[in-house]
Amino acid sequence: MDTVDNADETDVEAPAVDSGRDALVATLAATLGDGFVAGEVDPGVDVCVRVTADSWLAAGIALRDHCGMSYFGFLSAIDWLPSPYGRDMDAQVDGPEASDPEPMEWGTTGGETRFQLLARVHDPMSGLGITVKADVPGDRPEVDSWIPAYAGADWHEREAWEMFGISFRGHPNQVHLYLPGAFEGNPLRKDYPLLARRIKPWPGIVDVELMPGSDDEAGDDEAPEESEAGADA
Amino acid sequence: MGLVENGKLPKPLTALLNVSRKYSLWVYQWGLACCAIEMGAAFASPRYDVMRLGVIPFPASPRQADLVVVSGTVTDKMAPAVKRLYEQMPDPKYVISMGSCANCGGPYWDSYSVTKGVDQIIPVDVYVPGCPPRPEALLEGIVLLQERIRSEDMGERWNGDPIVVS
Amino acid sequence: MTDTRQLAYIAAQAADARVNVELETEGMTLNIGPQHPATHGTLRIIVRLDGERVVAAEPVMGYMHRGYEKLAEVRTYPQVTTLVNRIDWLGSFANEVPFILAAERLMEVEAPPRARWIRTALFELSRIANVVLFLGDMGVQLGAVTPVFFAFRDREFVLNQIEAVTGGRFHPNFDRIGGLKDDLPKGWIEETRSVLGRIRTFCDEMEDLVAGNEIFEARTRNIGVIPADVGLAYGLSGANIRASGVDWDLRRDGDMGLAHGELDWKVWTHPDGDSFARYWVRLQEVREACTIVEQCLDGLPSGPVMAKVPRIIKVPAGEAYVETENPLGVMGYYIVSKGDLVPYRVKIRSASFNNVSITPWLLEGVYVPDVISILASLYFILGDIDR
Repeated sequence: MDTVDNADETDVEAPAVDSGRDALVATLAATLGDGFVAGEVDPGVDVCVRVTADSWLAAGIALRDHCGMSYFGFLSAIDWLPSPYGRDMDAQVDGPEASDPEPMEWGTTGGETRFQLLARVHDPMSGLGITVKADVPGDRPEVDSWIPAYAGADWHEREAWEMFGISFRGHPNQVHLYLPGAFEGNPLRKDYPLLARRIKPWPGIVDVELMPGSDDEAGDDEAPEESEAGADA
Repeated sequence: MGLVENGKLPKPLTALLNVSRKYSLWVYQWGLACCAIEMGAAFASPRYDVMRLGVIPFPASPRQADLVVVSGTVTDKMAPAVKRLYEQMPDPKYVISMGSCANCGGPYWDSYSVTKGVDQIIPVDVYVPGCPPRPEALLEGIVLLQERIRSEDMGERWNGDPIVVS
Repeated sequence: MTDTRQLAYIAAQAADARVNVELETEGMTLNIGPQHPATHGTLRIIVRLDGERVVAAEPVMGYMHRGYEKLAEVRTYPQVTTLVNRIDWLGSFANEVPFILAAERLMEVEAPPRARWIRTALFELSRIANVVLFLGDMGVQLGAVTPVFFAFRDREFVLNQIEAVTGGRFHPNFDRIGGLKDDLPKGWIEETRSVLGRIRTFCDEMEDLVAGNEIFEARTRNIGVIPADVGLAYGLSGANIRASGVDWDLRRDGDMGLAHGELDWKVWTHPDGDSFARYWVRLQEVREACTIVEQCLDGLPSGPVMAKVPRIIKVPAGEAYVETENPLGVMGYYIVSKGDLVPYRVKIRSASFNNVSITPWLLEGVYVPDVISILASLYFILGDIDR
């Protein structure tokens, strides 16, 4: 518990090492062998590892059996392909049609493919939590189900299947969870457009409220468009 | 009650009927989201106490209700159930749409799964705006509806414009 | 075992078997919901019955699915807090906190001490506003209507206090990246103290009326028992897991960035894991929340409530996951930022989704009336399941 008790102090003293989390990554790397791709420890804050899609289930079982991660947090995915419609932030009514998407950029621990599975498990004894990722290709996203490792993964995998179209091998009941059965498309994929935004303008972006206590010099009367104004005041 | 439906009731009888309908509104609580809690506060809490207005919030089924309060987000998955509920209610029936979501989709106006207003499915008599509206706003909507029922001509029931609480 | 006792045992078994054969019923499928007085919100459950016993239960959700995760991708960071308020609509303020904390971690700003303490007080007040309704509502599910009137009566006072600070009874939208929108209004601290007194009285009333009631105990003791390991594998959280004897509370054990670590309070657990334990733990948690709020009021540091942040919030590229111990359980936000005005991806880990995912396992083999009491004791908010 000492690693998580007081984040402020650890931040101030800036320890270069976080033994608990480092040991976690080492254990996982040793257990999974080639299945382990990358691990990133933010000392005193968090830890994230990336495994291959083939060792996805093995990673879950290793976490449960060898790392004490008995608590299942969540399972989801990230679509790293930027939306061909832009950010969809501004009024899109007369906006450009779908264009070629920008190149993909991955976050913590990197990536190689369009989809990335994202799961979080915890050890309630030590208070540590770990984020696990796995690359899943965009053309045929398929991966082993985590149900043998964590029973709670059932609904989360149904959600990921519905929202991203990632199918889970060995899942007993891969049907729609939220949406009506006749719904087509995978809403959380970045290339799924929000139709209401294409037929109705929304000036929401202009409503940037002035923060109390914030300095006013950053772009006073400037229309707060999504320019660079005040980005680094 | 063919006479009532044709609007051919003698005036004093109509007035009597309307007064009695006004003070015995059985309201079915169709609580869907956040607004359901404010509706609960208006209907079930001693502070707002809707029964003093002659509204009875405890019908066992929509088949016994005169008024339904649709409070909260109607999703596309829920829409068929809302329509069915409305069809189950006996005439004359009234609908209060409570909260921004039921009125027009509210904060979820651009969502892929939310119906943009319950009035796309069923006719609405009173719109109560707010996210969520305070219980007082809902009570105001009910009072305005009662006033309309009081002077209602059964023959022209559907010709009026909906009320918007302001 | 003596011969006579063995014979008696065999005879009893045979009699049972005969009764079972005679009374064997055809299976029946019962649909509860999507709108039913016995469900909170619009959860629909399809149960297959053999007589009075549940053979299989399948919750059907999505009647309140509003697509938060997609909508968050097209809204700026300050706009997202408006939206996430509405996930757990009974304790709205608590929904904002983990999102704001995750964004603050990415931006590397920290709220000033006074803001952190006020956040803690409001966080716990929203817990009270939330769980108080559960304490009353659990009675309704078992046929006692009075407690819920008490709950609505006393909840109003808490809502008044939240409204006095934030301007919103339900959806405060008060938390900002870097602090709070405003300071406390004058006289609020004294008023809140008297409200806490009322809530304490309410807890005592509930203990007498509900938790100490014989019928209530008969309907909840040893009903819906969740062993700790099963609860952990399903990711149960909050009072549901603490009622199974797991001593884990993020307010004490986690890195929440609120003032809980500087206060003196206690985490309650119960070894039984049944419906009664879940009720009892929540009851204690409301009392504990009163203590926390009171200490926040006593030790409130002075100073600003807002750190220096840019006028237009752009969150640097990165990923952060922050979770807090919300009224319903662990709620977390996984934010992926690409240095833009809008988050690239927000994964919302909501407590009720995991808490309810155990129902197919838990409801197997129970009697129909217990379905309702078990569901009520798991305590979920539909917006928190469906998002």
